[in-house]
Amino acid sequence: MAIAALAFYVFAAVAVASGLMVTLARNPVHSVLWLILAFFSTAGLFVLLGAEFVAMLLVIVYVGAVAVLFLFVVMMLDVDFAALKSGFVENMPFGLLIGAVLLTEIVLAVGVWQFGDAAVASRAAVSPTPDEVSNTVALGRLIYDDYLHLFQLAGMVLFVAMVGAIVLTLRKREGVKRQDVLAQMYRTREQSVELRDVKPGQGV
Amino acid sequence: METTFFDSGFGQFTVILAQCLAVVVSLLLSLAFLLYMDRKVWAAVQLRRGPNVVGPFGLLQSFADFLKFVVKEVVIPAGADRAVYLLAPLISFVLASVAWAVIPFADGWVVSDLNVGILYIFAISSLGVYGVIMGGWASNSKYPFLGGLRSAAQMVSYEVSIGLIIVGVMISTGSLNLSEIVRAQDGAYGLFSWYWLPHLPMVVLFFVSALAETNRPPFDLPEAESELVAGYQVEYSSTPYLLFMIGEYMAIVMMCALITTLFFGGWLSPIPGLPDGVLWFTLKVVAFFFLFAMVKAIVPRYRYDQLMRLGWKVFLPMSLAWVVIAATLAKLDVPGYARWAVGG
Repeated sequence: MAIAALAFYVFAAVAVASGLMVTLARNPVHSVLWLILAFFSTAGLFVLLGAEFVAMLLVIVYVGAVAVLFLFVVMMLDVDFAALKSGFVENMPFGLLIGAVLLTEIVLAVGVWQFGDAAVASRAAVSPTPDEVSNTVALGRLIYDDYLHLFQLAGMVLFVAMVGAIVLTLRKREGVKRQDVLAQMYRTREQSVELRDVKPGQGV
Repeated sequence: METTFFDSGFGQFTVILAQCLAVVVSLLLSLAFLLYMDRKVWAAVQLRRGPNVVGPFGLLQSFADFLKFVVKEVVIPAGADRAVYLLAPLISFVLASVAWAVIPFADGWVVSDLNVGILYIFAISSLGVYGVIMGGWASNSKYPFLGGLRSAAQMVSYEVSIGLIIVGVMISTGSLNLSEIVRAQDGAYGLFSWYWLPHLPMVVLFFVSALAETNRPPFDLPEAESELVAGYQVEYSSTPYLLFMIGEYMAIVMMCALITTLFFGGWLSPIPGLPDGVLWFTLKVVAFFFLFAMVKAIVPRYRYDQLMRLGWKVFLPMSLAWVVIAATLAKLDVPGYARWAVGG
């Protein structure tokens, strides 16, 4: 177990340190790279908890897809970040104040947090113990057997959101040359190439 | 049973370390000869001789190249982001090699028999894009940056269809464990029990997606030499370049191993009665590598918009439809589609 404990401290320390570096790094691309490291070490923590399925999903979805898009966008930005960060000293007291207020609120809220007996019982009822089945199977049962309708509703909400985003950004413009892929594909040799016998000194 | 050194925590750690070392060393060694094979196949198609000077039949060419790469000077461009610039090839190499941890070479011959093995491979291969993007960005130069952007879009696009194709196989097996996937293909009909038969259309799709995912011709647009010089690799020289190249080839062999495991029965023998083993696995991987080499030699490069169209408008709908079809066939208990008890 000593190795697991060691691994926990390594992953946790890396996660916290890289989270810190996300905000401290001067270069925004470095910030995104630190963020990726933070995601990655969080996935490591999930593996240590025995939740390997969630860990892999975290890596696939956040690191493999979301962070790539972040990186893509941030690399294309042409903003003078030194100028943006120049007001750091003036804004710091204000930021610290907000941070302190938020921290106090969280401490107050978590300090008085209590689970009712019913909540604990209902949570214990639905989740099978990890010894019986692997957690992939357990998650599958929960999502597709017990809570199928909720899961599908969540999918519908996402679907509607996606359609909404497309409708909002889709605009028809006049006078745009569009590529017609089928026309390109069905173009034949006869339509595009012609063999001419050009007489010397006359041109086509 | 008496406790030996290998039962203690440190002992197990040593064993795992030795296993990793064995896999990596044998992989790198076979990679040297696969590179040679790649060049020989390519040369044969173009009616050339290919490497034939170093060693008998030029067999030692890869080792000579290795020495040449290592002893050259590492040139770092003045405007480059040094840390990221040097990190990028390392990431590409390390990610390509760690994915091998879950590949079963034979029954039980696997470094880590992970329950979510296939997801692990998918996760690692989705990270492979970072090596390319970081290399392209950190070089601080136009062609590498364009190559990096192309690669980011390309690899993310084809990952989607690869993921959906894998879902079909997972439905048939009822497990995410790679060894289980191979065992599910063990049947009385040898070669015809494997998944390539029930999942035939997806084998082709997977192969083409694997070409795109590994930036291999005809989809090598991130490094298209005729327009981008060499894409994200332009500014790299010496060992960093070598790491990029080894990483790329390792990813290719990885994809061959994945096709073998998912659709062609991994270590199983094609003829019932013959013993199964690591030999079959190796043979199948080499056969697929040969196909990769042939595609490189024969097929001309795609245009970028055609590549994107193929990924999103052809492969994605087809693989998505296949998930539904395979799930339905498995539920109806059509032979070959559900290798588990229906309703269980």
